[in-house]
Formats: sequence, structure tokens, C-alpha cells
Amino acid sequence: MDIKGFIAARVARELKDGDVVNLGIGLPTLVTSYLPAGVNVILQSENGIIGTGPTPGPDQAEPLYITNAGGLPAAVGPGGAYVDSCVSFAFIRGGHVDCTVLGALEVDAEGNLANWIIPGKKVPGMGGAMDLVVGAKKVIVAMEHTAKGSHKILEKCSLPLTAVKCVHLIITEMGAIQVTDAGLVLTEYNPAYTLEQIQAATGAKLAISGDLRKMAGAEESA
Amino acid sequence: MPKPIGGKAAAALIPAGAVIMFGGFLGCGNPHRFIVELAELGTKDLTVICNDGALPNGPDGDEFYGVAKLIHNKQVKKLICTHVGTNPEVARQMNEGTLDVSLIPQGSFAEMIRAGGAGLGGVLTPTGYGTIVREASHVHSVVEIDGRHYLLERPLRADYAVVYGYKVDPFGNVWYKGTTRNFSPWMAMAADTVIVEAENLVGAGEIEPENIITPGVLVDYIMTGREV
Repeated sequence: MDIKGFIAARVARELKDGDVVNLGIGLPTLVTSYLPAGVNVILQSENGIIGTGPTPGPDQAEPLYITNAGGLPAAVGPGGAYVDSCVSFAFIRGGHVDCTVLGALEVDAEGNLANWIIPGKKVPGMGGAMDLVVGAKKVIVAMEHTAKGSHKILEKCSLPLTAVKCVHLIITEMGAIQVTDAGLVLTEYNPAYTLEQIQAATGAKLAISGDLRKMAGAEESA
Repeated sequence: MPKPIGGKAAAALIPAGAVIMFGGFLGCGNPHRFIVELAELGTKDLTVICNDGALPNGPDGDEFYGVAKLIHNKQVKKLICTHVGTNPEVARQMNEGTLDVSLIPQGSFAEMIRAGGAGLGGVLTPTGYGTIVREASHVHSVVEIDGRHYLLERPLRADYAVVYGYKVDPFGNVWYKGTTRNFSPWMAMAADTVIVEAENLVGAGEIEPENIITPGVLVDYIMTGREV
């Protein structure tokens, strides 16, 4: 399993049967491939699907009429609904989404998140991200621990924020980190790395949980 | 009753400098035939209110999908949207200084359009609080209610809204298919003149009254794609 698949598989274990979930573009979309048996989630796509089904094959796809938030062909699953953008975001902002999983440029010890702009370099826009992280009951950042060695988990974000104090859990190839009022707490580690290596790859002080465990699924990759 | 209108005549309604809303999300639900006609006319200095800058290529590989045609054609001077990362031409024109882009969080964008059509003075949302969105001109102020902070966002309106309906009856009633609906029902309430591009013109009563999403009284023109 590659790093992205490994991270996605660990994120999948956070989801409960029946959760309404919004997955960001990229790595987070891999999460559905790793859901444990018996766990079915209701995928919400902010462009207007509640209950997205499996990706349609070329014969069934209707790309002019039905796409997901990444612009790719999609379809509702059984019991799913198409809604307008105000309903979609009332869903998101109103706390009807149990969990959102998204990537980050930076995340910090207070749970602040930056993932939508690098001033002067890249201005893709926030799309639905600001609403998702403010409205979802649980916000999981799923990403590689560093950007080719430079810290992404910091004491304080330096890039413009997506939202303040919104992240609950950070999952990387090195471990799982909970954001608490007292800062970041490492609750799981990948035994392929030492605790010193994990701390060195992190730009904020990591407290070690009294109940520190090996990362679920780490044995296969280590 | 809305007036039936052909594609060329519909595009000709739009003057240079107009503020125009387009339904659609990454091209899905853009009024594609209308946009082709408007690109053909070359009407300049448009302010476009649309979720995004669409895509450089459509699902069939066609060049410049949806509103991307108008952007590549340099007809847009201002784009009010939520996301432009999928169309590199937007960044190019921004850097060149020829395209002004105003980015709004997507849920706020939707509600601001709703407020514009619903007679509301603004939208109070927790989204964007504590971020640089606060500095944008669409934000009126920060409001604190019972200990929680909100941005007070201004309503959004336009001179024209152009939406794409899969089924449209002679009264202008609209049914949207799949995810083409997105912002369109609310844009149809938030503009002075509303044009619906009909994919299929259906007979009166063929859309069940309970399933009408945009009531025809909101619609001024039904664009059929045929000169009528």
C-alpha cells in the first residue's frame, strides 16, 4: 500500500456506519476504498448530492448532467437525493454532516487550518472548504506529514486561514494526532518511525498520549 | 408569459458591462448554448457571477467548457466566484491584471444570492470568521450574537441570470436534472431579467406542479436554441 492509501485506510477507521461524510479532492477520496466491512457511509457532494453512489461506468455516466464536486461523472446511490446549493450548504453549515476529511497546506497546535491560498503563488479559492470545516461535526486533516521535509504541522499557521480552531484530528503516514485545548497529542504512531523522528518532522510540540498505540494498519506497511 | 427567444437574440439582450449570473458548477449546469452565442457576439466587460471558472476542456474533450469560453475570449472583466483552481487561464489573466476575481466561500455565495432574491438585507454566517475573507468588500461587518462571531455578508444581485433547464414548459416552469440545479433556482430570483436555456421544451402540465423547481413567473425569456 502506498503512503496515500495507508493514510486513507487509517482515516476510514474513524467513520461509523451511517455517518454523513464529505470527502475533499485528492487523498480523502481514497477513504471509501478502505471502509471496514459493515461500515456504510452516506457521501455528500457539495455541488448537490446527498448519498452519492458508486462512480458510473462509461456507459452509464451522464457528465453533462450529473457530476461530483470534482467535476467528474457521478450518480446518486439508492435513497440518494439531488439538492440545490443552498440546501447543500445548509446541510454542511447546519451540522448535518458528521465528518469531513480534507488536506492541508498547514495546520497548527490550536487546530487552525490553512488550505486554500498561497498568496502571490497560488490562488485556487476556498470553494466549499470554509463552510465544511466550520459546519461539520468532526474535521479530519488527512495528509502527508511534511511537504518534502518542510513542516506542515506548526505552532501557528503562517498562511491565510481557512478557519480558526476547526480541526479535531490529523492523520498522516507517521501517526494520528488529536487537537486538544492543551495542544497536539500523539495518540497513535507508525512503528516505521521513532517518536523522535515524528517529533522532528513536526513544527509544534507533540504531547504523547498516556494511551499511545501503534497505528492501526501500520504493521502491513512497516 | 415568458417570451420564446432564439439563441442569437437571447445573447444580444446582454449589453457590454452587464452583471450576469450563470448557474453551473465546473460547467455542469452552465447554459452552454447561450454561452456559445455570447462568445460569438464578443460582448465585453462583463461581470460574471458563477461558482467557478469552469474547465479548459469539457467531458467530450471540447475546448473551453462553459463560462471558460467567455474567460478565454477576454469578455469578463470581473469574476465573482468561489473557486478558480480548475481553470489556469483565470490565474493567468489575474496575474496579467486584466481579470478581477472576487472569491467568496461557496455556502456564503449561495446564501448571498438567495438573500438577493429573497429581499433579505444580508446573511449572517460563521463561515470565514477569523480569516482574510473579513477584509473583502462583500462583507459588511462582524456581528457577535450570544458569544458567537458571524460575518454579515451583503446580498448579491445581477442584471441578468441565465440558467439551464432540462425541462421547461411554455409557462417558463423549470425542472433541473441531476446536479445541473446547483445555484440556478436562486439565481433565477436574484436578477432583473431571467433567461432559461431549455434543453427540452415540454407541454403545459408535463412537469407536475409539485415538481416545478423554478416557477415560470420568474422567467422572462425561454431560449429554445431555435429561432422562433
